[in-house]
Amino acid sequence: MNYVNPNFVLMVEGLTVSFDGFKAVNDLSFYVEPNECRVIIGPNGAGKTTVLDLICGRTKATEGSVKFKGQELLKMREDQIVHAGVGRKFQTPSVYEDLTVFENLEISYPKGHGVFGALAFKRDLEVIERIEQITQTIFLTDALDEKAAYLSHGQKQWLEIGMLLIQDPELLMLDEPVAGMSVAERKKTAELLNRIIQDRSVIVIEHDMKFVEDIATRVTVLHQGQILSEGTMEHVQADPKVVEVYLGH
Amino acid sequence: MKPQSNRFMSMQEMVGFAILALLIFVIFPLILDPFRLNLFGKYLTYAFVALGLVLCWGAGGILSLGQGVFFGLGGYCMAMFLKLEASTPENTKIQSTPGIPDFMDWNQLTELPFWWQPFHSFTFTVIAVVLVPVIFAFIIGVAMFRRRVGGVYFAIITQAIAAIMTILIIGQQGYTGGVNGITDLRTLMGWDIRTDEAKNILYFVNGGLLFACLFAAQYIRRSKLGRILIAMRDQEDRVRFSGYDVADFKTFVFCAGAAFAAIGGAMFTLQVGFMSPSFVGIVPSIEMVIFCAVGGRLSILGAVYGALVVNWAKTTFSESFPELWLLGLGALFIAVVLAFPKGLAGLYDDFIAPRVKPLFDKLRSKSNSKDADFVGAPAE
Repeated sequence: MNYVNPNFVLMVEGLTVSFDGFKAVNDLSFYVEPNECRVIIGPNGAGKTTVLDLICGRTKATEGSVKFKGQELLKMREDQIVHAGVGRKFQTPSVYEDLTVFENLEISYPKGHGVFGALAFKRDLEVIERIEQITQTIFLTDALDEKAAYLSHGQKQWLEIGMLLIQDPELLMLDEPVAGMSVAERKKTAELLNRIIQDRSVIVIEHDMKFVEDIATRVTVLHQGQILSEGTMEHVQADPKVVEVYLGH
Repeated sequence: MKPQSNRFMSMQEMVGFAILALLIFVIFPLILDPFRLNLFGKYLTYAFVALGLVLCWGAGGILSLGQGVFFGLGGYCMAMFLKLEASTPENTKIQSTPGIPDFMDWNQLTELPFWWQPFHSFTFTVIAVVLVPVIFAFIIGVAMFRRRVGGVYFAIITQAIAAIMTILIIGQQGYTGGVNGITDLRTLMGWDIRTDEAKNILYFVNGGLLFACLFAAQYIRRSKLGRILIAMRDQEDRVRFSGYDVADFKTFVFCAGAAFAAIGGAMFTLQVGFMSPSFVGIVPSIEMVIFCAVGGRLSILGAVYGALVVNWAKTTFSESFPELWLLGLGALFIAVVLAFPKGLAGLYDDFIAPRVKPLFDKLRSKSNSKDADFVGAPAE
């Protein structure tokens, strides 16, 4: 396709990846609009996480194209994709355990990303203020100097979300952000996510249907690496194919 | 609330640096005879290597088993300069080709190889001492880290490089002096380096350079780059997805480690008076890792103590039980890994630091109240 539709932030077309002949994602196409919150659901092994891995460059695609604001992401390195404006949160909270909450956020601050930039990086007032502002958003103000290793599971998830927020990506990809959380943490997280998905496009993988209903603009149901159904939550929930393979009777 | 202090050194680290400086610049020279002092100077050249390993291995998680290569390259660059200076036509007039190093003459070389020529210049040599190993490390780094080779594989490859380097040096006898190395070094720009007085001065130069490297290492550790190294060790993927090119950072720290090792190598040549492949290969490279492990791979000061203690033990024990020494070294390494993985620095942190910490706290609260409005003082 030669033209770029300015209305789409992300255009995924014909995306395929095969691991030793097994097609984990098979000829997948979908489009994400600005400020849209797209939720991907589907049974285990449907290829949800793989799709995110392909977009952010962690896994190399076999075929297809992923265009972010007209730029082809499949040819770029992970860090270049990040600089283009795509942020990614992993399924298991991956924060830097040996560093404090402050340092975790500081590393994600979008400045001094080259070797010599990092050597000369100064922790100035602007950085400190921005980090303090973020820690407020993610409920971690009191844990600023705490090592990340000592945070609870839920707090680690928040910290990782905070690390993404400080990057201020245009496209945010979250892999099961409420998994493994207590009810109270889950509520707080939903509130947090609802706030941060404003002003940007978001792709979320989630199993919690209540949560999906709350946040989704559109829902994509994946099954065996292909799209089973796509549309609004009501549309998807009413789709007999979806009920068959995923939602259950 | 303010985040933790962003200062160059904590009070405790400053005291640690001061104690080490006292030891190296005052106590050793006072209590040791010239022969032993020169020996300690030699031990300290290994501290440069151990220091580089603290950055690469301790902070960055990159274990190199080939640091001897960089130590050797630095040492050989210096040795080439000294050898050329020692090989004046007058000194070598009994050779069939006077004016070239003796080992070249023995190997039927009739002309100085072109790549030896620039080593007539001291300025070039000083630059080459650092630059040659750094460029070599850069090439290895880019080749390995771009392809995401890491961990055990990287360690094995560096070890192979150390082996190859030794074979190359020994095989190219006519150009490198072969297995004997480059020996019979005499003067540095006309200054006889074999006298006790010269060795004394070189000891202090060595100590000064070591402190310069310690400060450089401290700067790297305290910078954001230092924290990125730790982050990379824990969660390499996350660092990538925070927008960093991990390979660049690994290459940088590997090059920094090579530069430190090379300076140590050059000082080794100057103080010991020769350079040979026996300081380049697999065994010395692994010994260097042991210095670092014993001292504590997370502590830059620990690295210096590790190099001193292990080398001192090596001299003492190998004087009395030459056969048992290698076994002892192996046992020491196993003991470190099993019993105290953070080395001497870890022992200090666990047993001594809790006792001296109240002292520092008292000191700090005193100095804080004294200059409370000092701009640079970190607010709590």
